[in-house]
Amino acid sequence: MPLWLLDITRFERRLQVGVYWAIAVRSFRRFSTYRIATASGAFTNSVFGFIMCGIYLTLWHERPGLGGYDASDALTFVWLQQGLLMPVGIWGATTTGELGERVRSGEIAVDLYRPTHLLLWWLSVDLGRAAFQLLVRGGVPLLAGMLVFDLKFPSSLPAWLAVAAGVFLAILVSFGIRYLVALSGFWITDTRGTEQLALVLSTFFSGMVLPLVVFPGWIGEVARATPWAATMQVPIDIWLGRNPGGAGSALLFQLGWIVVLLLGAQLVTSVATRKVVIQGG
Amino acid sequence: MVRSRLLRVPAQYWMLITMWIRSSMAYPLSFVLMLFGSMVLTLMDFLAIVLMFSHISSFGGFSLSEMALLYATASMTLGIADLFTGSIERVGERIRTGAFDAYLIRPVPSFLQAAADGFALRRIGRPVQAAIVLVFALGRLHVDWTVARGIMLVVSMIAGAVIFGAIFVLGAAFQFVSTDSAELSNSFTYGGQAMTQYPLAIFGQQIVRAVTFVVPIAFVNYYPVLYVLGKPAPLGLPSWIGLLSPLVAVLMVVLASLAWRGGLRRYRSTGS
Repeated sequence: MPLWLLDITRFERRLQVGVYWAIAVRSFRRFSTYRIATASGAFTNSVFGFIMCGIYLTLWHERPGLGGYDASDALTFVWLQQGLLMPVGIWGATTTGELGERVRSGEIAVDLYRPTHLLLWWLSVDLGRAAFQLLVRGGVPLLAGMLVFDLKFPSSLPAWLAVAAGVFLAILVSFGIRYLVALSGFWITDTRGTEQLALVLSTFFSGMVLPLVVFPGWIGEVARATPWAATMQVPIDIWLGRNPGGAGSALLFQLGWIVVLLLGAQLVTSVATRKVVIQGG
Repeated sequence: MVRSRLLRVPAQYWMLITMWIRSSMAYPLSFVLMLFGSMVLTLMDFLAIVLMFSHISSFGGFSLSEMALLYATASMTLGIADLFTGSIERVGERIRTGAFDAYLIRPVPSFLQAAADGFALRRIGRPVQAAIVLVFALGRLHVDWTVARGIMLVVSMIAGAVIFGAIFVLGAAFQFVSTDSAELSNSFTYGGQAMTQYPLAIFGQQIVRAVTFVVPIAFVNYYPVLYVLGKPAPLGLPSWIGLLSPLVAVLMVVLASLAWRGGLRRYRSTGS
């Protein structure tokens, strides 16, 4: 290959990264404009946080040390859970919800025209959203909880770095699942049914209804091995320093699921775009 | 005149919701999945309680069957309210875009149209699963049944649904002031439902005062259930306080209708 051609490819590749970065930045800005909605959402997260604290305080009062958590761990769990709920997208996210809607309406055709990769395009949109929501919808409830309760925090720089990595990977795992759910629309047209099913699985297995460490017996074993565990229970345990095999193996567990989900997502993308005829074309 | 207008309301509401039911049936597989999903999703909260009871035998002085009764009544009342008035929270979107105008020129009260907007039959999943849990609870409880207790249980479920419905409407009315605050009312409705699944006394006296005198969700099911189970009421309140729940429901309806009318008067179209 002549040298000048290599230069151009390299230049293009740089341009590509720049495109995705620009998308993420614009997505971040877009979400930062919904001010009142964000504020009232953060308020709701905080109210639920206080309710859950009342419930968990009673539970850990009846059974101290339940699931290897002390009362302070349980309270910290509540506020991290409320803070991660929106950024991670446990109940779905606006971005992947829109992707599903575009598949249903056929507007996805426009996305496929673009000289960008479908999966990377939407991943960038999702990461921009997650970054904004992590700052506000993650920060506000945690602050509210801190003011009232004595919460636990990571104590060293490596611990903080592990938490940051864990949260980032949790968002990637969640994106992988949500992307697959949205693309299911290529085959069954109306994705609201699969979205609902995904919502059920995600709510139960992420630790949203009850920390997975409290799940008894084999239900607990199964729950802790699912990809949903990697979206909430695992990053919170990294924060608390309560992962059974340490933070390193927790991050590896998340990475494993990311590889599986993103490979699956890539496969589904190529099959969908090759085989499916878009309505109205 | 007013009477004949009121008499038309059920037929008008029915007409609006059958339209939405027909539209949701356009994708039958999706509808069944969503109905099933909604049932399972709302059952999660009860599953959490059952899982808790694999480690404990009493939660704040309540046994599993007593918790089941509390859960079932909380879920039933919110489920009914959500089915019939839950869609009203979408009104903010219509106010923002100016699409609310369409409601004002049609010969049906705007409130009915907003309440029926996007009526989702799949939401019946919550009351259905609540009924299942209720049967489970009543089968296992050893309640000294009297006529008064039986009537109380049935009446309180209707009154409780009305109280939650009024809170939905109050939240929607607030959106005339602030169009993006739909999620704010969630903290009172879904948050309230999350609280009323548990014995409210565990949240401390301040909270019990707040949910008795400020946002009276303690009357939805907590006080009536205490009365049915023959348990004493907190704060030194009389044990028959649960009997007041229909009265509280009427009061909330008056408040909600005043708020809705106030909001309606304040509405200005976008002018685009």
